[in-house]
Amino acid sequence: MLPGFPDAAPVDGLAGGVLIGLAGALLLLGAGRIVGVSGIASRAVGLSSEGMSKRSAWLFLIGLPLGAAIVATLKGGLNPEFVSLPLLAVAGVLVGFGARLGSGCTSGHGVCGVSRLSQRSIVATLTFMASGIATVALLGAIG
Amino acid sequence: MILRNYLPPLASGLLFGAGLALGGMTDPARIRGFLDIFGAWDPTLAFVMGGAVLVMAVAWRFVPRMTKPIFAQAFALPERSDLTPQLVSGATLFGIGWGLAGLCPGPGFAILAIAPLQAVVFLASLMAGMALHRVMFKG
Repeated sequence: MLPGFPDAAPVDGLAGGVLIGLAGALLLLGAGRIVGVSGIASRAVGLSSEGMSKRSAWLFLIGLPLGAAIVATLKGGLNPEFVSLPLLAVAGVLVGFGARLGSGCTSGHGVCGVSRLSQRSIVATLTFMASGIATVALLGAIG
Repeated sequence: MILRNYLPPLASGLLFGAGLALGGMTDPARIRGFLDIFGAWDPTLAFVMGGAVLVMAVAWRFVPRMTKPIFAQAFALPERSDLTPQLVSGATLFGIGWGLAGLCPGPGFAILAIAPLQAVVFLASLMAGMALHRVMFKG
């Protein structure tokens, strides 16, 4: 599909990105809020009192696996490759703690903030991309 | 009234989850492949983020022209612009976890329908990390 990158899926990627953008536009122009999944998740479980109502937060979160399930069904199944459960658990703590400390994650900073040219979001996005790249490079060097 | 309040978040979540799955972002191998710039780099995530940012950049243009959102009384948007140590250190830790697992919060929820065991383990520890932050910084 993409010369030099046999595993890349640029067309599906772009189409998926457009759907994510529409999801963000719907919440922004419809409800006046940012699509930031880490913020919405902490709101849903009562770890934050900011943002949309608790019920709205849960509805958004329920929509995520439903939307993914529809696509998985239409595509005849997806075959994700996961790291081990202990590594997933360690990573989850870092992602959750880091997203709260850094006021956002890939959706809030990377999509909503970057598209708004927010200085904070651009810095956060460049930072988590750099530390993610360094982490994967280190893992590759170790094993 | 119920539709006005609850349709936007549900429909937004559905679209978001569908977009993640279509764009391959429910597969941690793709996300780690994107971060693996010194190895077999997979640029797919850049297309996903690019598509999403393009659509959102258009959406932002409408905000100053609207007195209020379509289904709500007022916009409630982040207004901070200060760069803080918390922002940078939080993003750094986030990126380490992102690289380790190839997952961030959105895909973590989306895979509940595809790989429930992995999703539950990741989400439980995600919540634990968020709770830890709350205990440490919000008293």
